Amino acid sequence: MQDLLYFSQQLINGLTIGSAYALIAIGYTMVYGIIGMINFAHGEIYMIGAYTALIAITGLTALGLAWLPLILIVALLCAMIVSSSMGWAVERVAYRPVRGRHRLIPLISAIGMSIFLQNYVHLAQGSRNIGFPALIEGGFNFSADGTFEMSLSYMQITIFVTTLVCMTALSLFISRSRTGRACRAVSQDLGMASLLGIDTNRIISATFIIGASLAAVAGLLLGMYYGSIDPLFGFIAGLKAFTAAVLGGIGSIPGAMLGGLILGVSESMTSGYLSGEYKDVVSFGLLILILLFKPTGLLGKPEVEKI
Amino acid sequence: MAANNYRHALFCAIVTLIISFPILGFNLEAKGVNIELTGAKTSTIVAVILAAVAVFVFQAYRDSFMGLLGKLPKLNPLAGREPMEQSKRVKLESWVLTGIVVLALFWPFVVSRGSVDLATLVLIYIMLALGLNVVVGLAGLLDLGYVAFYAVGAYTFALLSQYTGISFWMALPIGALLAGLTGMILGFPVLRLRGDYLAIVTLGFGEIIRILLNNWTTLTGGPNGIGGIPEPTLFGMEFGRRIKEEGNTSFHETFGIAYSGEHKVIFLYLIALVLAVITALIIRRFMRMPVGRAWEALREDEIAARSLGLSRTAVKLSAFTIGAFFAGFAGTVFASKQGFISPESFVFLESAIILAIVVLGGMGSQLGVILAAIAVTILPELAREFSEYRMLIFGAAMVLMMVWRPQGLLPMRRIHITLNKQG
Repeated sequence: MQDLLYFSQQLINGLTIGSAYALIAIGYTMVYGIIGMINFAHGEIYMIGAYTALIAITGLTALGLAWLPLILIVALLCAMIVSSSMGWAVERVAYRPVRGRHRLIPLISAIGMSIFLQNYVHLAQGSRNIGFPALIEGGFNFSADGTFEMSLSYMQITIFVTTLVCMTALSLFISRSRTGRACRAVSQDLGMASLLGIDTNRIISATFIIGASLAAVAGLLLGMYYGSIDPLFGFIAGLKAFTAAVLGGIGSIPGAMLGGLILGVSESMTSGYLSGEYKDVVSFGLLILILLFKPTGLLGKPEVEKI
Repeated sequence: MAANNYRHALFCAIVTLIISFPILGFNLEAKGVNIELTGAKTSTIVAVILAAVAVFVFQAYRDSFMGLLGKLPKLNPLAGREPMEQSKRVKLESWVLTGIVVLALFWPFVVSRGSVDLATLVLIYIMLALGLNVVVGLAGLLDLGYVAFYAVGAYTFALLSQYTGISFWMALPIGALLAGLTGMILGFPVLRLRGDYLAIVTLGFGEIIRILLNNWTTLTGGPNGIGGIPEPTLFGMEFGRRIKEEGNTSFHETFGIAYSGEHKVIFLYLIALVLAVITALIIRRFMRMPVGRAWEALREDEIAARSLGLSRTAVKLSAFTIGAFFAGFAGTVFASKQGFISPESFVFLESAIILAIVVLGGMGSQLGVILAAIAVTILPELAREFSEYRMLIFGAAMVLMMVWRPQGLLPMRRIHITLNKQG
């Protein structure tokens, strides 16, 4: 019973982190699906989302607002607006001019953008990590005989529910709306879609905006969950989310969700049963193994190399 | 059309405000357990608003700006001229390189100790950049974990000297060979991957090495690093005031001159210089050998190169191994120069800086990479007040280079023959 509780605790922690990873991974997977590039600066957009949310929360609290849901919703909206503007601007400035050139050129441009954004926040807000107030406290505790308590905090529930809502909204948007249909068309064949009168530039911008706003949601949630943020915290999270996207099959949206969950669980199992220090090694090792043996991921479709 | 332009310009200006105002306009400050929000300085806010206005004006009159830019006399008076003749250009490049080396030989005797120290660092970066240039510039494999091989070289020397008391000269080939071997072992499975996947895998590998160094406390000392790494000796002569090892003599006593701390610094610099020159010469040779041609062929068109009988794995692996080898070389020198190493020196940012050097210099071009390494290392030192903007400028420069001049400042020109028109 004791072991089972411990195991379920790790499972819950893993699913929490994993669902947030999935939110970030959507941005990677959608962009890759459409223009075939790794948006290296996506982790930084997530970090900026977290910073904006913290600024908004602190500002609203200082103004005397006390009703928690309102604070959170306003902070979330602020973070989404800033992050998606950032995503739009990044695409316009750094990616659009180099689109269609040799594969490495957009990637190097993206790395440059990532370094730029990291240092932008670093210069503006300092390099020290800042505590993120735990606004949602408490939770359910389960215990078998009083020695080990399994806890499911309200914060974790919030993360699950928010992720679920976002994912459902995204799926509906992609499958039902006009823009979503255009997104799917562009990701299947960019040239053909543009021949059929779809404004591909607009769709690509939309992809960046969607990805960035989901990253902002993850930024707020994970910032609150971890309890502190710093300008570098987007880098590792971005890498993890990318791993999740690859794991699930890059270009596939359900794949990103699945990949995020698997990655989160395997990470928390590592820290629960082996050692917390090596959890990053496990996720990077997983990434390398997947790319070596099944580069299409779990749900991806095989890519045929055309000559 | 005009109204559309203004609408777009207004939109861009608003986006500029949205992305800069919240982050720049407010400062989060931790006061005890609480966080307080303070407004930024007025100058920052004015700058943000000015930036938005500038974006608006630029976007609104974009077409006329671009028109004006085209009409302007060329900024670079050399831009329009005929490219220099092949043989002349090669000669000129050799002369410039020789000139740099000769200048570098006399450099330490005229400047202060601090400058020599910095120059040694520049040389280490030159070695690293020349090595990465083989991988990224010539073979077209984007390696984002290059710093891992640098770490292998440095840690090999540090650990061997700690456990077996090995000297610098013994460690130099061992460190480089081990780094090369690591490169080969890693490269073998991953080089089948496509360009951008390869980049991510190497990045992951670099991170794994760093995390291992950080956490394998019993062997590497973890975040505390390893200290007491010996300095190089000159035929058994040590440069310290007192002799550390039995059987060695000290430099100042042998030659009967007064002890000076500068000797050691200059000696290290000269070693680094010699090694950097060796690196450059070896890679220069490689570039003209069949294997060098094969790197470029594979970079330009993999399918065509393979159909002509080049083995993809062998060619890529050779580039990867040679790049890693020179990183190990540089790592050993670095460990010896610092006398202390810790995982802090081998973070991703270091890989990004080396990559930035290669990209700015012009992928594949040796002279360009050397000049870029000098510029990237020295400029932040010259402009101390800007040093905190260093990485910001790096990032922006990488983006701008890719947008405007992906071939770099001094692009590589391949040796080629032009056929004369008949008759």
